[in-house]
Amino acid sequence: MAPILDVRDLRVEFPTRRGTLTALDGVSFAIEPGEVLGVVGESGAGKSMTGAAIIGLLEPPGRIAGGQILLNGRRIDNLPHEQMRRIRGREIGAIFQDPLTTLNPLYTVGDQLIETMQTHLDLSGGEARQRAIGWLEMVGIPAAAQRVDSYPHEFSGGMRQRVVIALALCAEPKLVVADEPTTALDVSIQAQIIALLKRLAREKGTAMMLVTHDMGVIAETADRVAVMYAGRIAEIGPVREVVKDPRHPYSTGLMASIPPLDRRVEHLAQIDGAMPRLSAIPPGCAFNPRCPHVFDRCRVERPELLETGATRAACWLYDPASEKQAPEALRHG
Amino acid sequence: MALARLLDSDLFWSFRRSPVTVLSALVALVCVLGAALAPWIAPHNPFDLASLNLGDAFKPPAWDEIGEASYPLGTDDQGRDMLSAIMYGARISLLVGVCAVLFSTLLGVTIGLVAGYLGGSVDGLLMRIADIQLTFPSILIALLVDGIVRAALPREAHDQIALFVVIFAIGISAWPQFARTVRSSTLVERNKEYVLAARVIGLSPLHIMATHVLPNVLGPVLVIATLNLGNAIITEATLSFLGVGVPPTHPSLGTLIRIGNDFLFSGEWWITIFPGAALVAMVLSVNLLGDWLRDALNPKLR
Amino acid sequence: MFAFIVSRVLQAVPVMLAVALISFAMFAYVGDPVAIMLGQDFTEAQRAALVSDLGLDQPFFVQFLRFIGNAAQGEFGLSYRLSRPVAELIGERAPATLELAFCAAIIALVAGVAMGVYTGLYRNSWLSRLLLTVSLIGVSLPPFLVGILLILVFSVWLGWLPSFGRGEVVQLGWWSTGFLTWSGIKALILPSVTLGLFQLTLIMRLVRAEMLEVLRTDYIKFARARGLGNRAVHFGHALRNTLVPVITIAGLQLGGIIAFAIVTETVFQWPGMGLLFIQSVSAADIPVMAAYLVLIALVFVTINLVVDLLYYAVDPRLRIGRAVARGR
Repeated sequence: MAPILDVRDLRVEFPTRRGTLTALDGVSFAIEPGEVLGVVGESGAGKSMTGAAIIGLLEPPGRIAGGQILLNGRRIDNLPHEQMRRIRGREIGAIFQDPLTTLNPLYTVGDQLIETMQTHLDLSGGEARQRAIGWLEMVGIPAAAQRVDSYPHEFSGGMRQRVVIALALCAEPKLVVADEPTTALDVSIQAQIIALLKRLAREKGTAMMLVTHDMGVIAETADRVAVMYAGRIAEIGPVREVVKDPRHPYSTGLMASIPPLDRRVEHLAQIDGAMPRLSAIPPGCAFNPRCPHVFDRCRVERPELLETGATRAACWLYDPASEKQAPEALRHG
Repeated sequence: MALARLLDSDLFWSFRRSPVTVLSALVALVCVLGAALAPWIAPHNPFDLASLNLGDAFKPPAWDEIGEASYPLGTDDQGRDMLSAIMYGARISLLVGVCAVLFSTLLGVTIGLVAGYLGGSVDGLLMRIADIQLTFPSILIALLVDGIVRAALPREAHDQIALFVVIFAIGISAWPQFARTVRSSTLVERNKEYVLAARVIGLSPLHIMATHVLPNVLGPVLVIATLNLGNAIITEATLSFLGVGVPPTHPSLGTLIRIGNDFLFSGEWWITIFPGAALVAMVLSVNLLGDWLRDALNPKLR
Repeated sequence: MFAFIVSRVLQAVPVMLAVALISFAMFAYVGDPVAIMLGQDFTEAQRAALVSDLGLDQPFFVQFLRFIGNAAQGEFGLSYRLSRPVAELIGERAPATLELAFCAAIIALVAGVAMGVYTGLYRNSWLSRLLLTVSLIGVSLPPFLVGILLILVFSVWLGWLPSFGRGEVVQLGWWSTGFLTWSGIKALILPSVTLGLFQLTLIMRLVRAEMLEVLRTDYIKFARARGLGNRAVHFGHALRNTLVPVITIAGLQLGGIIAFAIVTETVFQWPGMGLLFIQSVSAADIPVMAAYLVLIALVFVTINLVVDLLYYAVDPRLRIGRAVARGR
């Protein structure tokens, strides 16, 4: 089946007074219809930037400097503003992090839903209102017929995020970019929202790009996962494989830093050092200064995504031509 | 040593980076020097009645066909040299402006410190007064204070202290801004641990406020004071233009403009326009410096 | 809604009382009203009669109450300078000031908001940069100087517009209007531009700053992410949110127009209340000053009340049952 979203060699740059920063470099991945792709990494790794580039809302002066973004086989990264606007909401929905600030405080939730649907779908006012109520019911707002005329401040944080989800899905896009949808919520609410997202995606057949730094959310929701580091994809593959059996040394470190539920550990592993700033990404593999398996080639040559069996990892340890090969520990978890 | 540190500081760096700021600093410097040194460098003494010659009245600026080089900006109805009059006038304008700002700074900072440090009903009352006063434009307050003092004093007494009345009236119209800023910073500082510690070891409130709280609020106060200087100069000019400001025996820029206004229709535009231009140059450069200082010291301060 | 209005009106009461107290104190303690009213020659009996007539022998509190009672009926006594009832003087002058202030406010609000929105939306266009630079000069230009410059250009050099007075006015009952004659309208142009210009620059800079702030918010980004058109995002979502703070400060700026009317009326010899006030200040005419002060306070309190009501209409967050403290 053709992927719904195909990102090829995406490069995003920020021209600044002190030179151009490369925020995303050679990012490639695809999402199949109905699939949930999790994107993880530390803050600043470029997860949210990738989402913003896909929906065409990079913050100026950021711009796409190379590569392609294809939606259903059609290039969308170079579309004129007006055509891209028609795609946003209609074909790609977006969910943001903080539900307290993503809803306009001066309009009722019904008005915001109706406005969004009428922008994209040919609906009369009455039909749109009926659908708005239907959507509020679908995302689990009690007494939706009354609540449709409420203002955002009259809802709790979790309820507001449900409204945001309804807004993102109400024009029935086939792809949703969810940027940290649970990070700003209470822990007790997070699971509900994730369950809701999962259910709706399945029911509507919506594919989802789920950006988060929460591996628990990924493990529970995603079909596949992409691990990002310093604006590049370090590893991408089925969620089971990446979580249980990561191949890239960075993924290994990342997974080891999650407390396992099934056994007691004395102390959690951590990766020494910090992710480089965009202005100081080292040559070769961006992870090389922190990598326990680093060898000469890593410092000179930048690795592409290489087949490792179950996943693909950007690591020279998996190139048969390298002088050093992945140790057994990495190959089999 | 201190100079080297100043030249090396962030503040100086951001100063040099902005050509507009450098230019306005230069203009401000010229205004201040011209005003301060007026008695020594002005080509004529406009207050020396003996040297005035009515035959020299209404001379146009020097570049006009009938202008004279010794009166570069022309003369007024009494034969006074406009350039000298402007320099002496700027002296009064600056003097009143600076003194008024110093007065309102002193008043506002004191009230703000007291309100913020003591809190409670004192704070409530003082800030309520500030709120009420802030609803009224400062020019109105200044006019009113000036009017009341004027009515309360006999005319002869008033002329002698008119300068102080104007300074007082303008100063009292601007204190709430200082008080509010200082109060909110004081509230923040008051609950910090070092202030609590100072209280525990028994330092007097006065001492704590002076040595611990005050230095922390000086930055914003400096910014507000600079931005207020432009306002104070405008207010003084306005009062003098309305004829209720400084006495005509010591004309400020506003007085000069008022006098010149009478000759606008007979074609002697320079008697009004040059003092006006001097006023705008002075206020604009001060305002630009204030804007820069605000952004340089604290980007968040609005 | 009703409770909201009542609470706002109650908040205005102490302000009015404080202003009344100042006015009364001016009456009672500044200068000697009795001496001024009697003139040069009077007997002790005449003096005593006038003192008891004016109630000056009664306790402070009683006098103050009487002052408030009179003020509420628009009764402020006789002008020292013109020996006519103050209420009459002010009634004659009020239409001139109100028409001037109205035109200035319209200029300031319409042009100020439009230019603010434009410079906020298109912050890098050359027109925005030009407007911003000009506005910076605008805030450094005292209004009286603007008036003088306008007179110099449009009256003295070009001879297009009159430089003083109201032109021909038409009497509508007690109200005299300049709107109905060509010369009246021509006479209004320069003064209202002068008066409106300063407020215009302030409102423009304020709207621009708020617009930039709102455009950075998450809900604007989310509105774009839902594919809403530029018009809906800019004017539906951004502008409406901008209006909330703008209303408050624009209200205060309108108060500024009333105050600066004094200056404008002096420059253009506009026969309004401001000119009357400044003449009274020069002549220490306390009754007129006191009445003007009370009147101005009333205008300000009313403006604040209207601002609060507008606020209430625009921002649903204020409409929930409990009162929400509003930060300025």
